[in-house]
Amino acid sequence: MSVLALTVLGHDRPGIIAEVTGALADLGGNLEDSSMTLLRGHFAWTLIVDTDTSADEIESRVASLRDEGLVVSVLPVPERQPDGAPGRSFLLSVYGADRPGIVSAVTRVVADHGGNVTDLTTRLGTNLYLLTAEVELPADVDLDSLNAQLRSTAETIGVEAHLVRVEPDVL
Amino acid sequence: MSRVVDGPVVMPELPAGRVLPVLVAPDAKLSTPCVEVDPHEPAVVQLAADLIATQRVSPGCVGLAANQVGVSWRLFSLDVSAHPKARTSHGEFVLVNPYIVSASRNEKGREGCMSVPDFTGDVRRAAKLVVRGLLPATGEEVEIETDAFEARALQHELDHLDGALFLDRVAGAHAVYPRRIYL
Repeated sequence: MSVLALTVLGHDRPGIIAEVTGALADLGGNLEDSSMTLLRGHFAWTLIVDTDTSADEIESRVASLRDEGLVVSVLPVPERQPDGAPGRSFLLSVYGADRPGIVSAVTRVVADHGGNVTDLTTRLGTNLYLLTAEVELPADVDLDSLNAQLRSTAETIGVEAHLVRVEPDVL
Repeated sequence: MSRVVDGPVVMPELPAGRVLPVLVAPDAKLSTPCVEVDPHEPAVVQLAADLIATQRVSPGCVGLAANQVGVSWRLFSLDVSAHPKARTSHGEFVLVNPYIVSASRNEKGREGCMSVPDFTGDVRRAAKLVVRGLLPATGEEVEIETDAFEARALQHELDHLDGALFLDRVAGAHAVYPRRIYL
């Protein structure tokens, strides 16, 4: 068995997911994790598939989808790595007037503190730019330093930035 | 008439509890609504003790519904007293045939569940809650008015009794997350 990562991109229309998963099911592929969204009518889907079929065969099978205007890529992914020492989960929310460089500036601060973005959404409204990200920080992160740098970066680029701990509660 | 409980619920004496294995989804028992039972019935009283015993030995566990240990009866145990997010707490107790009297002030929170070990999810729940139920053994009806974390935990357990998991209530397509921290 091998694990493949597919990305499917293109103009949205009804039926894309049914067609892609139909082709994969015909090849005996098992759809595992996936995430899809629409960005202004642009369809974007990444999916992890467990399959006996080679990446090349999958490639040729999905070629017909390319004829319909979809961009499809197939990449092997390494075996699942252990998660390592558990970090601490935070939600980062940033908003302000739109300007170039907001995402790079705030994620640079996060990265410099060893933080990893595990989920990210950005949206542009009429003028309001919005970023929400799930961030995993190392257990020993210096939160005061991170918050101070976030504040000064946010001030420099004129946005609001807030980092809030997200603790799942087992009930 | 139900007695409004102010402070910890004073539980009747229960027999020694046994630690039972906790079912994990997908298991049909977790999706099956539970039936009302007689709180005086010895088997119900024993199960109440078993739920408390199992909850006590499960790290981080603040509540356990009967169908999580494979019995489709309407009772659960709860104890949020040691949880940092608890405001009001009624201590460690078991409610039989519980139901919601009123619920208000929805708030979103991230939940996990012993029966869903791989995921957490964002769920909106009432932060002000009034619940009634019967105590095991005596059958006395009590009314619990609570808030914050105890309110969330009660609604989570009541959902279990209706055959629902937090997965049935997540706040959106991107509101389920892999669970990395095992308590």
